Amino acid sequence: MAHYDITTPIGATDIRALHVDDTVTLNGTLFGIRDATHIALFDRGRSTRFALAGGAVIHTAPNVAKVAASAQHPTGYAPVCIGTTTSMRMERFTRPLLAQYDVRMVIGKGGLGADSLAAFTDLGGVYLAIVGGTAALETTWIEAIEDVDLDDLNPESLWQFRIRGFGPLLVAMDSHGQSLYARVDSAARDKRAAALAAMGVIS
Amino acid sequence: MTLRIDPAVVEDVARELYIRALKILPPDIKKGFARLTANERDMTARSVLGTMVQNIAVAEATQNLLCQDTGIPIYNVTIGSNVAVEGVALKAALRRGCARATREHPLRSSVVHPLTRKNEHSSCGIGVPVIHVDFSDEFEGVNIEMIPKGSGSENNSWLKMAIPAEGVDAIKRFVVDCVLDAGGKTCPPTIVGVGVGGTADLCVHLAKIAATRPLGSPCADPEGAALEEQLSAAVNTLGVGPQGLGGDATAFAVHVEVAATHITMNPVAVNMQCHSARRASARLTERGITYGF
Repeated sequence: MAHYDITTPIGATDIRALHVDDTVTLNGTLFGIRDATHIALFDRGRSTRFALAGGAVIHTAPNVAKVAASAQHPTGYAPVCIGTTTSMRMERFTRPLLAQYDVRMVIGKGGLGADSLAAFTDLGGVYLAIVGGTAALETTWIEAIEDVDLDDLNPESLWQFRIRGFGPLLVAMDSHGQSLYARVDSAARDKRAAALAAMGVIS
Repeated sequence: MTLRIDPAVVEDVARELYIRALKILPPDIKKGFARLTANERDMTARSVLGTMVQNIAVAEATQNLLCQDTGIPIYNVTIGSNVAVEGVALKAALRRGCARATREHPLRSSVVHPLTRKNEHSSCGIGVPVIHVDFSDEFEGVNIEMIPKGSGSENNSWLKMAIPAEGVDAIKRFVVDCVLDAGGKTCPPTIVGVGVGGTADLCVHLAKIAATRPLGSPCADPEGAALEEQLSAAVNTLGVGPQGLGGDATAFAVHVEVAATHITMNPVAVNMQCHSARRASARLTERGITYGF
């Protein structure tokens, strides 16, 4: 259970140093991505001008305010509240994100499934769990919205955030085939019969 | 004297309620966090709960939204006694207030057309905001409750048309299996709302009422109240824990709402509310507007 301070980007070899139960605090650049963004990139043949290689993506669609473009707000968007959505809807996009864009870290809540775990193992990647529903806190870790692409999908645009002290995040899925979610799910299902028996129900 | 409800006031209240609900967590939920934290034995879970509690304080200190998910807006209107309301104007005013909150704060509009996926950036669309109107003789004036229902929990909703031969056991099995299947996707600790009886649509609606009921308010039906006590204890033995990362605190509570059903039917529905169990309410009386939860 080690803690890592990581500044993006990170290489495929370095990411394999991370193991489940480690914690990570991120600095540098973070890309916001979610349902419609993935569908555009992988189902509809669109592409992005952003270099995602070695980078981190977070499953999000932020609350933003339209402001005059300035050095602080180059896109004309100021962050209002930025949080994290349930990752599982994005399950089938993890492998292409790693394979085509060399993304190394996926940040989300609720976890990803077996296909994503296999992709992390095959291609070198991790899933970092953030505490869902804590967007007010998360917003304080975001310094600026640096850029935005595919903005016709707003709020599900591809967002580029500058982050500082983003975390701690929990390594919940690693590149060695370990998933905290799978572990917890399996243990919980083992307790099903006893939970039902306590209510007088035969499973 | 009969109180006449001004649609312009309702519009302002609808705007204010949406923003308040997104920023200030009700006191019963805060107490729920204190109870779960005191009982939690898992270190990771204690840390996760601590972050959630910290977020509530940060949201209040920075006057920011608790969660980025502005949800599907729901307005539950209860019309009390001695009041005159133009119903169509009231519904239109709620819709305008919802759209104004979205544009003026500004908030992320999380509402799209279900087929084109087009976002009008107003938090409004066909049939949204969801508006329910009911009546009460227990108070004078009008009560408006606003619930921004987050999608992480809403995406984990289920209906089972069980049959009478399966009995109450089917209901218990179903609830436990829903909690297992939801895992961390619903942002636990949750309020697990269970609808029992009614028609299919009423059963699902009961589950939503149960999921959004204040903590500490037992089901009005004694059989339903006994069932929710059993289920609350049972789901918290599973070890799903906060965010599905393991621990004792899987649910604040299981809430049950019941309605009579058909002799051939035994329906059960589950709808969950995430830990950011947001709601706000306002009472309009001749003395003015009182905001609460």
